[in-house]
Amino acid sequence: MNAMLTVLRRELAAYFYTPLAYVFIVIFLFLNGIFTFYLGQFFTRGQADLLPFFQFHPYLYLVLIPPVAMRLWAEERKTGTLELLMTLPITTGQAVVGKFLAAWLFTAVALALTFPIWITVSYLGNPDHGAIVAGYLGSLLMAGAYLAIGACISVLTKSQVIAFVLSVVVSFLFIVSGLPIVLDFFGAWAPAWLAQAVASLSFLRHFEAIQTGVIELPDIVYFASMIGVWLYANTVLVEAKKAAG
Amino acid sequence: MQPAVAVRHLTKDFGALRAVDDLSFSVGGGEVVGFLGPNGAGKSTTMKMITGYLAPSAGEIEVCGLDLSREPLAVKAAIGYLPEGAPLYGDMTPRRFLDFVASVRGMAPDVRGRRIDAVVDRMALRGVLDQSIETLSKGFKRRVGLAQAILHDPPVLILDEPTDGLDPNQKHEVRELIRDIAADKVIIVSTHILEEVEAICSRAVIIAGGRLLADGRPAELASRSQFHNAVVLVLRGGPADLPEQLAAVPGVARVEILDEAGDTRRLRLLAQHGRGLLETVTDKLRSAGWQADELYVEQGRLDDVFRQLTLEVAGRETRS
Repeated sequence: MNAMLTVLRRELAAYFYTPLAYVFIVIFLFLNGIFTFYLGQFFTRGQADLLPFFQFHPYLYLVLIPPVAMRLWAEERKTGTLELLMTLPITTGQAVVGKFLAAWLFTAVALALTFPIWITVSYLGNPDHGAIVAGYLGSLLMAGAYLAIGACISVLTKSQVIAFVLSVVVSFLFIVSGLPIVLDFFGAWAPAWLAQAVASLSFLRHFEAIQTGVIELPDIVYFASMIGVWLYANTVLVEAKKAAG
Repeated sequence: MQPAVAVRHLTKDFGALRAVDDLSFSVGGGEVVGFLGPNGAGKSTTMKMITGYLAPSAGEIEVCGLDLSREPLAVKAAIGYLPEGAPLYGDMTPRRFLDFVASVRGMAPDVRGRRIDAVVDRMALRGVLDQSIETLSKGFKRRVGLAQAILHDPPVLILDEPTDGLDPNQKHEVRELIRDIAADKVIIVSTHILEEVEAICSRAVIIAGGRLLADGRPAELASRSQFHNAVVLVLRGGPADLPEQLAAVPGVARVEILDEAGDTRRLRLLAQHGRGLLETVTDKLRSAGWQADELYVEQGRLDDVFRQLTLEVAGRETRS
C-alpha cells in the first residue's frame, strides 16, 4: 500500500518535472472553452446546464488522454528503469495501480480546473448542480477508462509516439462502436444481439446518460470494469515484458 | 552458517536459446565474488534472476535463507541492486530519487533522512543533490546508482558491471567505494575487466555459455595458467642449441623464444604442472656457465586462464 502510494507520488510529480503538465492543462482548458462556447453554442441555446461542455469530452479525451498515459511504461522500458523499479520490494500490481492513479489524479486536476464554466453557468442561470456533479464524476470515470487503455498500450512499446498512436486508435474503436456507421454495418448481417453487444462497448453509449446528469449503475459498472480489465492486462503485459528480458 | 546467496541448478531459456544452463553456486558472508565471463555468457541474466526481475525456467534461488519464488518481496528487501548501465530516473534530482527509493523500501521518515544523509556522504553526492540526474556526469550517475543500492544497508549487494563505461579515474573511485562497502556484506560484482577482480574480489566465478567453468580465489585461478611458475630469461651468447638444452632441464615443459636480437635471446621456460623451475634452471645456468641478464618467475595471469577456459567453450559451441 505504502509502496503503491510512493509510486503514485513519484509519477504525479514526474508530470510536473517537464512542461508537459502545464502544456496539457492549458490546451485542455483552451479546447474545452472552444468546444463549449463555439461548437456547443453554450450561450445561444439558452439552457442553464453543462451539456455543451460534457458532450465533447469523449472526443477531447480521445486525443488528450493518450499523451498523459503514453509515458507511464514506455519511458521506463526505454531508459531501463523498469528493472530498477521491479527489483524494489513492490509487486507489479502495486506499480500498475500506482501509475494509473497518478495519471488519473493528474487528469482530475485538469478537469477540476474547468470550474469557471460551472461558475459561469451558475451566474447566468439556475442549473441543476446535482446533474453537474454527476457529469463531472462520469467524465472522470470515462477519463479513467481512456487512461487504463493508454497505460496498458504503453507497455507494448519503448516508443512513446507509437504508444500514443496505438492508444488513439484503440480508444477510437471504443467510440465508433456506438456510432451509426458501425452499427449499420453490423446491423446488415449480424444477429441483433451482436450489434447490441458491440454498441454496448461504446464509451458514447455509456456517457450519453451521464452527461445529462443521470448516473446509472450499469454505466458505472461499465467504466469501472473497463478500467479493471485494462489494468489487469497491463499487469500481465508488464510480467510478460519482464520475462522476455 | 547458511550461505547468503545460494543458487541451485539455475536455468533460463529465452525461446530456443539457453542463456543460463544448470548453474549452481553459493556465496557466504563477507565474500566479494567477481562474476566473470565474456559478453553474452549469462552474467546479467543470472543477476536478474537473483534480484527477482526475471523468473528462472528451472532451479532455485535462496537469499539469506529465503526462497525467492515463495517470498519475492522479502528477498528484494534483502538485496541492493545496481542494474547494468545504472538506469536512473533522469528527471529527478538525487535527493528526490533517493527519497523515492527509501520510501518504496518502506523506511520510516526519520530513518529515511538519516540513511540518505549517510549514503550521500559516503558517495560524495552532497554537491549535486539538487541537480537533475540527467545533467550529471557519468561518474556521478554511477554513484547515485550505488547510493540507491546501499541505501537500506542490505546484507547482499549485486552490482552488474559497476565500472563499465567509466574513465580510469572513475573506475578507480568506484572500486574504492566497493572495497569500502565490502567489509560487512556479500557482494556479487559482474565484470569483464580482470584486473578489477584481482583488485577487489576475494573469489572469482567464471561462466561462459551459461555454465560455470571455474570457481576459486583469483590467485588460485591464476595459478591454473600455463604461465604459472614459468621462468623468463634474457641470455647473451651461448650455443645455438641453447633452447633445446634448456628444454631438457627437469620440470621444463616447453621453451618459447620471445625475442631474438643479435646474440641476445629472451626465452620463456614453461613449467610442467605444479613444478617450480627457479632452482633447476639457475643450477643449469651456473653449471653451463651462461650469463643471464635478466631472470624472473611469472605468476600467471587471470587473463590467460579466462581466455583458455572461455575460448574452449566458444570452440565447442561453434563445432557442435
